[in-house]
Amino acid sequence: MLINNFLLLGAVLFCIGVYGVIARKNAVLVLMSIELILNSVNINLLAFDQLNGTNDGAVFALYIIAIAAAEVGVGLAMVLLIFRNRKTIALDDLSEMKG
Amino acid sequence: MMLLASDIEVAQNVGFGIIATIMVLGALNVVRSSNVVHAALSLVAVMAGAAAQYLLLSAEFVAVTQVLVYIGAVMVLFLFGVMLTRAKLGKDVDLNNDKGWAVGAPVALLLLGVMSYVLIKGFEDDKIVVSGKGNASAAANRALSDAIFSSYALPFWALSFVLLAAVIGAIVLARKD
Repeated sequence: MLINNFLLLGAVLFCIGVYGVIARKNAVLVLMSIELILNSVNINLLAFDQLNGTNDGAVFALYIIAIAAAEVGVGLAMVLLIFRNRKTIALDDLSEMKG
Repeated sequence: MMLLASDIEVAQNVGFGIIATIMVLGALNVVRSSNVVHAALSLVAVMAGAAAQYLLLSAEFVAVTQVLVYIGAVMVLFLFGVMLTRAKLGKDVDLNNDKGWAVGAPVALLLLGVMSYVLIKGFEDDKIVVSGKGNASAAANRALSDAIFSSYALPFWALSFVLLAAVIGAIVLARKD
């Protein structure tokens, strides 16, 4: 198989994820778009792993999966905290740090 | 056409095409759907497709981990998040930024254009050797576990602290006083 099959699939998913992060307002949906980006990176890492014939890419992919699980846990806890204080999770309402 | 690669491994390429189509359609539904639960379920389709692609790349252990961690744990977290933030079940018009697509679409398309140009230029006809059957994959898994517990042992150790910190942090953040 051509490695470009997997790399281009990763690129398409990454761009869809970037679009989601920019265009979505709901915090949970932004976190889902970030998961899309992380998955596309994992596809890339495993494709390069096969290209090089080593195990390093698979190890990196496993660590990224673990970090993503931690990130979702903390992220959703923050979203719940914001919801409890403000009754909304629309990200454009969180503008206190705007200069 | 180089992307078709019709002379080699037809079955794998057909399988790849079908799974990739499902993944891209699911991903588009994640960022376009006006129903939060539908977006979450489309994300399941994308993650299952990613696990299938890992199998095509003969990374069985990562594929199983993907199913366990993403489809099992992360999706349950997302559905709890949807439930606890009392998202509307059904259509919700207030999920997107005003004119968000007008900023997002050009950025995403520009990024896609640059990346696909570089990838097609850089890896023109490089092929992946899909490593054999039967015992070869068992040997690959053995080598993977050896790598995790020998040369990558320190990052593994650090990762367990990251997970512990994340668990404690999530409890502290979400706890009601």
